[in-house]
Amino acid sequence: MTKSSKKDQPAGTKSPESELTCSKEQAQHYLRQMMHIRKFEDGMMDLMTKNIAQGGSHLYAGEEAVAVGAMAALQPDDYIASTHRGHGHCIAKGGKLNELMAEILGKATGCCRGKGGSLHLADVSTGNLGANGVVAGGLGIATGAGLSIKMRGDDKVVICFFGDGAMNEGIVHECMNMAAKWTLPVIYLVENNLYGMSVAIARSSRLEDHAKRAIAYDMPSSTVDGQDVLAVRDATATCVEHARSGKGPSLLIANTYRYYGHSRSDPRAYRTREEEAYWKDRDPIKLFSAHCTDIGLLSEKEIQALDAGTTEDIEQAIRFAIDSPLPDPSELCTDVYA
Amino acid sequence: MTTEQTKTPVNTSTDQDQRVLTYSQAINEALDQEMARDESVFVMGEDVAIYGGAYGVTRGLLDKYGEERIRDTGISEAAIVGAGIGAAITGMRPVVEIMYVDFMSLVMDQLCNQAAKLRYMFGGKTKVPLTIRTEGGAGRTLGAHHSQSLESWFMHIPGIKVVMPATPYDAKGLLLSSIRDDNTVVYIEHKMLYNSKGLVPEDDYTIPIGKADVKRPGKDVTVLSYSRQLLFCQEAAEELAGEGIDVEIVDLRTLLPLDVETIVESIRKTSRAVIVEEDTITGGAGAEIGMRIMEEAFDYLDAPVKRVAGADVPMPKSPVLEALAIPSKESIIEGIREVLP
Ligand SMILES: Cc1ncc(C[n+]2csc(CCOP(=O)(O)OP(=O)(O)O)c2C)c(N)n1
Ligand SMILES: [Mg+2]
Repeated sequence: MTKSSKKDQPAGTKSPESELTCSKEQAQHYLRQMMHIRKFEDGMMDLMTKNIAQGGSHLYAGEEAVAVGAMAALQPDDYIASTHRGHGHCIAKGGKLNELMAEILGKATGCCRGKGGSLHLADVSTGNLGANGVVAGGLGIATGAGLSIKMRGDDKVVICFFGDGAMNEGIVHECMNMAAKWTLPVIYLVENNLYGMSVAIARSSRLEDHAKRAIAYDMPSSTVDGQDVLAVRDATATCVEHARSGKGPSLLIANTYRYYGHSRSDPRAYRTREEEAYWKDRDPIKLFSAHCTDIGLLSEKEIQALDAGTTEDIEQAIRFAIDSPLPDPSELCTDVYA
Repeated sequence: MTTEQTKTPVNTSTDQDQRVLTYSQAINEALDQEMARDESVFVMGEDVAIYGGAYGVTRGLLDKYGEERIRDTGISEAAIVGAGIGAAITGMRPVVEIMYVDFMSLVMDQLCNQAAKLRYMFGGKTKVPLTIRTEGGAGRTLGAHHSQSLESWFMHIPGIKVVMPATPYDAKGLLLSSIRDDNTVVYIEHKMLYNSKGLVPEDDYTIPIGKADVKRPGKDVTVLSYSRQLLFCQEAAEELAGEGIDVEIVDLRTLLPLDVETIVESIRKTSRAVIVEEDTITGGAGAEIGMRIMEEAFDYLDAPVKRVAGADVPMPKSPVLEALAIPSKESIIEGIREVLP
């Protein structure tokens, strides 16, 4: 991490990928999760096109290495606060595919019993504090979870995901300041996919290096290639170690790209097809698969097996969701109060 | 939704000038015409320029007026409204967009403590000609953060006005009035109305803020509504007409100030009143409207005032639950029957 004073050794800039390593089991796990997310999102797009899934869904395709890499640096009981683009976070944190898919279709078998939907997706049993329909809505929640960890003396940390666009909300800065002052164990992880809806990051901020924002709070920060799952894992691990050892919060910027438009009807007039092609060439699944075969960690055949297995899992989740019943009308007024 | 509005406008020129426009096009046209007419008018908000607004309302305006007057902002709602206030008190007439009414929670300090109170606090020596366009309501199964009806929050704040048009005709005329008004107006569109169609004159016309409109004359019962629920009321009235029940529908159009005179006049004729609103029933717009009826029209009533409103729950995602959480043609008919003899 680059301390704002720049005196510390920068980390998370440790690419190229080939220098980074993992075990065979880890490689399979990361690939499986990334494939699950990709296929889940492609499946969602298909369901939306067929009007089986109604309402909006912000898809995570293209950004898989961020969620999977970040979660790989966590313990199972650590917390995350997710965003409106939360499917990938849910899956990588260990949410059950069937229940997540059913939730998005508003079914009784969904992880939130059909009440939350895509924008409020969360399997809370996995330490996921929730997706959020309000941009930057998770900042206070994550910061408060960090406070609670500290007050209770727990050995946990929180990753607070938010987007480049969200950085312009006031609460982001109020929270980073509070967490820095109180040395809370929070990792503020920005998924910088270059756009907040249609507004390019350069059209909403003068800053080119968003890691600099941490200077204002005297908080360490770093930037990582968000298409490289191992680089994300290691950069997150540095932040996690910092937080778990009582040194407080940090800011991590992961550069990535969303493949689909912001919504189904988005003509993507704000970006070029060339830019899209550039990023699709840096596809996180493709990159990591190639890395694994290059260094002889996984064979082509093993990767194909993961591919087939994850396709089957998602098809099964879609069938489960479609076949599931809608909530009973009596559910309307339950759960409003504890 | 493509409900045809056949009503002939009252305060405008001839039918020949009118085209069928969508609600969305009518709002766009009002912005366009007012920007052409008045250089101090400008638009700012999230995704209003290149994208043309989350629901496409500001499409085409960037090409015509450029980035200086059609400004994409960062995701900073409090700053959007706050800067709108500052610009308004110093000579501009900003029209700012807050993408969903749900995010008005993020601007409440600027709206309630600043915009609404500046004039009064400074002894009438300043004015805040700011229009906040936003959009609310359920119907797209977007869940708890993108489906609310929060009009009653704003009704509680003296110093601002609250406008909620139901038809393309009203949408255009009321937006022109809102922009020209020297006060802050919260102008709330409904996401399910954008594609609804109706006759809209091409020329410049205004509809007075604070004036309700009898959309359907009738003698048996007064139904008071606004925004999208008005369309459900019209469907309910059609169905009841088949049974010989003659419903009068009053479209409130503006919630603050409320047109108590038109409400009372209608109840004086029908002796019965049903309020239909999409917001949650407790402390909702209907609570205020109903109480005004008690104060001003009690003597004319032959039955207690009835509310048909949203359930007191956060908006659920599931389509079945969402449909149950807000009024429907059926629940409106049921509500009307309750007040009939
Ligand atoms: C407070 C708030 N403002 C606006 C929106 C509408 N909105 C939803 S997603 C989005 C863009 C968010 O951009 P970013 O934070 O970069 O996340 P990304 O969508 O790129 O993942 C916007 C403006 C919202 N949901 N909440
Ligand atoms: Mg973004």
